[in-house]
Amino acid sequence: MNLIQYILLGVFVVASVVGYLLINNVPSRLHTPLMSGMNALSGITILGALLATATALSSSNPVVGYVFGSLAIILAMINVAGGFAVTNRMLKMFGKKKEDNNEQ
Amino acid sequence: MNSSILLQFSTASLLSDPVYYILCGVLAMAVLLGIHFMSKVETARQGNLISAVAVALGIVITLIKKDILPVWLIYPGMAIGLIFGLILAKKVKMIQMPQLVALLNGIGGAASAIVASFALVSLYQSPDVFGKVTASLAIVIGTITLFGSLIAAGKLHKVISQKPVVLPLHQVITTILLVVLLFSIVSGGFLNNFSFPVLLSVMLIFAAAFGVVFSVRVGGADMPITISLLNSLSGLAAAIAGFAVTDILLVAVGGIVGASGLFLTQIMCKAMNRNLADILLGKTSVQGKGESKTEKAPEVAATEEVAATVNPAEVVKGVKKVIIVPGYGMALAHAQHLVKSLAQKLTADGATVKYAIHPVAGRMPGHMDVLLIEAGVPFEDVYEMDDINEEFKDADVAIVVGANDVLNPAARNAEGTPIYGMPILNVDQCSKIIIFNYDLKPGYSGVDNPIYNRKEGVWVIQGDAKDTVAQFLSEL
Repeated sequence: MNLIQYILLGVFVVASVVGYLLINNVPSRLHTPLMSGMNALSGITILGALLATATALSSSNPVVGYVFGSLAIILAMINVAGGFAVTNRMLKMFGKKKEDNNEQ
Repeated sequence: MNSSILLQFSTASLLSDPVYYILCGVLAMAVLLGIHFMSKVETARQGNLISAVAVALGIVITLIKKDILPVWLIYPGMAIGLIFGLILAKKVKMIQMPQLVALLNGIGGAASAIVASFALVSLYQSPDVFGKVTASLAIVIGTITLFGSLIAAGKLHKVISQKPVVLPLHQVITTILLVVLLFSIVSGGFLNNFSFPVLLSVMLIFAAAFGVVFSVRVGGADMPITISLLNSLSGLAAAIAGFAVTDILLVAVGGIVGASGLFLTQIMCKAMNRNLADILLGKTSVQGKGESKTEKAPEVAATEEVAATVNPAEVVKGVKKVIIVPGYGMALAHAQHLVKSLAQKLTADGATVKYAIHPVAGRMPGHMDVLLIEAGVPFEDVYEMDDINEEFKDADVAIVVGANDVLNPAARNAEGTPIYGMPILNVDQCSKIIIFNYDLKPGYSGVDNPIYNRKEGVWVIQGDAKDTVAQFLSEL
């Protein structure tokens, strides 16, 4: 292992622990939007997909690389866009309905 | 830099390394801030927005840093994914959220598995053991997540049977698959004696099989645990893929998702009295060893007799404090709007109405809350189990709609049954209980509910909740 790999391990541990502690504070009524939000965040793998696709395009076998790379980009992007959008849709409901009820 | 992928692009970058790493740190913090904002209903939407902007900026700085901004061939894929994602988010019904989340878990896992496969191809002949092991691990976890999630989503969407399927020698099969996968990860990392396509095929096939075997034995009530776990795995796959391709932001955000999923899994396990280690080992279904009482029929008749003497509609006349306990049965019957109308009617007659939600009500964590909010119930009236459990004894009436196991007092004393030790809603402490359930059969756990046999103060109204609640409402 080299230095950057140790740094990555450290980042992984810190991010996991801090994330775990923060999620502890999320009330259970928000757990469904939390999970769909996490879906969106797991789409962060698009960073790897973009890099891999670009690399493959300049490799000796660009077509196969491009096909699989694009597949990864599409899948990850579905997660990012779909996850954030559906989370927003749910959370909007939480906010809006409250106002409606106050008006009644 | 160890990775050949990185070497190619890091030479002529517009962003210097320190600036790039600082930006990554800031974006990771922004994601954490977004999650922090999710701890309050009022700020949750902003939190989601912050996370979304952070991910978008993450994409932009990665494109700049790795000099792939002008590689136009990457953009069609992004556009297609964006459009599909937005359509999916717009079309999905709230009752379908569990299968959407399950599906997205799988899609995320698949993307990470592909990314990791690319990394393994480029690293396979290199001496970078860390890179190769992490790439192999990410391929395996990503593929397990994909196939496990597809089965879970299929069950939730009723494309395949929802019954738990237990294969002969299920545990043995699971163990064998795990051993093979472990071996394939080790060979991916340390040995170069297999051709790459052979190794990759072994990983994909066995991981797919493990994912399927893991999920087929899950029944309805264990879905919240399974979905949370797959949520965690999809994050973990991303983080580990991040190790393989040396991407710091991927590692950080993937780690956050992995931790959050694990935390939710733990909550679900506690709420169902299940052991996290058992779940991780693939024991994803409850053995229905609850004893069924043989003399049930006459006892049931007795309950109905009592109910017949006093009209349940009379019971709620002039009450001051009502607690409604909604379960998945209410959602299945699409009765949440009627339940809200019932609550509004009772409120108009001078009662305070609160909703009590068990942590595993519904098919995923927090699902019941979303369904109630969608129906127009103010979220201030919706209470978590621990916040309302003390209030049942003082309430005038508890109204149960489509819930059974989560209020079964057998969980307190019936040792040896699957629900023993599971925290429950103290509905039985309430002096008057009105129950709208489809039938009097035991819930998913297979354990009879003694509340049905109580001689006094229990009114059981059988049938589809949409019809029975509507009928009840019309009599008020």
